[in-house]
Amino acid sequence: MMDTNLPVSQVPRTRSSSARAGLVRVDRDMPRRARAKAEKPILEVKGLTIGWGDTILQQDLSFTVQRGEVFGILGGSGSGKSTLLRFLIGLEQPMAGEIDVAGCGVPDLEAGLPPFGVMFQAGALFGSLTVGENVSLPLEEWTDLPDNAIAGIARAKLKLVGLDGAADKLPSELSGGMKKRAAIARALALEPELVFLDEPSAGLDPVMSADLDRLISTLSKAIGLTVVLVTHELESIFRIAERIVLLDKEAKTIIATGDPRKLRDSEDPRVSDFFNRRSKEG
Amino acid sequence: MASNALSPIGERAPTADEAYRIVRDKGTIRLSGDLRMHDASAIWREVRKETERAEGSVVFDLSGVHASDGGVMALLIELRAELGARGVKAELVGAGQRVEAIVKLYSGHDGVTKRNKRRPEGAVAQIGRSAFEVKEEAKAIFDFLGSMVLAAITLVRHPRAGHWKEVAPLCEKAGANAVPIVLLINFLVGFVMAFQSARQLKMFGANIYVADLVGISLTRELAPLMTAIIVCGRSGAGFAAELGSMKVNEEIDALRTLGLTPFGWLVVPRVLALVVVVPLLTLIADFIGIGGGVLVGVLDLGLTPRGYYIETLTAVHGWDVLTGLLKSVVFAFAIALIACQQGFSASGGAEGVGKRTTSTVVTSLFAIVIIDALSTVLFRAFNL
Repeated sequence: MMDTNLPVSQVPRTRSSSARAGLVRVDRDMPRRARAKAEKPILEVKGLTIGWGDTILQQDLSFTVQRGEVFGILGGSGSGKSTLLRFLIGLEQPMAGEIDVAGCGVPDLEAGLPPFGVMFQAGALFGSLTVGENVSLPLEEWTDLPDNAIAGIARAKLKLVGLDGAADKLPSELSGGMKKRAAIARALALEPELVFLDEPSAGLDPVMSADLDRLISTLSKAIGLTVVLVTHELESIFRIAERIVLLDKEAKTIIATGDPRKLRDSEDPRVSDFFNRRSKEG
Repeated sequence: MASNALSPIGERAPTADEAYRIVRDKGTIRLSGDLRMHDASAIWREVRKETERAEGSVVFDLSGVHASDGGVMALLIELRAELGARGVKAELVGAGQRVEAIVKLYSGHDGVTKRNKRRPEGAVAQIGRSAFEVKEEAKAIFDFLGSMVLAAITLVRHPRAGHWKEVAPLCEKAGANAVPIVLLINFLVGFVMAFQSARQLKMFGANIYVADLVGISLTRELAPLMTAIIVCGRSGAGFAAELGSMKVNEEIDALRTLGLTPFGWLVVPRVLALVVVVPLLTLIADFIGIGGGVLVGVLDLGLTPRGYYIETLTAVHGWDVLTGLLKSVVFAFAIALIACQQGFSASGGAEGVGKRTTSTVVTSLFAIVIIDALSTVLFRAFNL
């Protein structure tokens, strides 16, 4: 437990056994309450500008996500919410402004295991591996656990998301919803304190979508998991999100921040229209 | 009968066997009956004919229209915009409630927005653009080579970041599974070459030299080249398609968010597998190609297998084989590098993957030929 205080960013890229074992011990077993005391937001964004090449999609974005929160990033189609996610997880470098994830600044994906898990929109499961192997992969790479323990954890994670029997299936044999759930299991494999979910309920039937929402809020309550989700599904927003930011395509920035249930009665017509499913002309 | 009953417009109403009717009355065009999509092209032609010489203003009277579907209405609105562009004011009037709703629904689109006609590119511009693209492509490949060298250095320092487990299966896929086609093609190359030269050699009574010809040209040139071309078409295209799909499917991003580098995880095993496997395939190709030559020598030129064997040994030196193998290593490296680079730069779904796969094969073949030419000159310059 010597290296208990080693922040993830300083864990060297090597996967020497001590570092890997250390990583797991450090990051995962450290009492969450102790960390919660620090009360530093787990995600902080200041004046961020995002876009592609010369096109600016959103600018001057500022918000914070507290530990243990379920936080929603909302916006209409094409408002750049999925792009914002790519910037938050370090796949793109900010055009301007600051991002601070878990006190380590902009995530540097080259530097090793980032302190969060990600579920991509279509799951992005590795097509050549079975579902079980997909979930085991981060465990194999970043822990020293023996194979049978890894398999056990993978099975448990899959059970958690309701995919008990699917461990030996290939991703191509799964439905869209199952892929998403398997991807959540993979994102949770290393017990990160923060997960990013890109459109978790898009394309799912209402029951499955409700199940997934329940899973997310259970995880958040039970283990203090912080969840940042990008979505436009109002129902699941009202069900699980404690706070949201709403991106607007025309304004190119955040037009509302706060509790979605209160924003429904916002005086800004753009905001209340969004939350009340009103079309612009209607 | 039915349409008569539906139409309140008496004589202008369509007869029983026509669904619609179009009548022009000065500046007014009266449409009546059912405007249906399967008549759309006829309606379009008629209405346009009627409005061809229209000036000032035109009124489309829809009061007799019982029903219209969206497509026909879209055409009328398109026509209105077209007339508007000519300076003719056109109006759609008198539509009943249901038809009016359709008019409204489609009016949002104001028809012929001037399409920016894409001018065909001139020949010079095309040549220029292609030349520029070649430059960009080459730059991208060398960029990739650079980052690969950097990644390789990191990998040497931290070997566990590589996905070494993947190397053996890749060797099987790119190597072992390619043996049959390598055998077949190189056997035929040796066979055909011997066969073609047999007649010439016979004229000089120089039958035995077929062994020299086949042996040297295969080991130095043809076996490495043919093998590289086969590997490029099989594994190069395969790698590009595989990595391209992974890219498009966000799997490569997912890999990065798991703290794994795409280089160590995907590129290095593929480069390594090809660098191991292609020289081995080339060696097999050398043998089987010479085998093809033996067959012709024995059957057509009346040589003994033993004579052929001895002549081959005197003609072909270790260096000949070795230069061929050296070349094949460079070919392998180039193929894997180009395939991975192209795969990683795929974007935009299935079409993007296809484009990158095609360009992998084209670029690799180009690279193979260039490398071959350069190395031949180089080997000659050093008398190897």
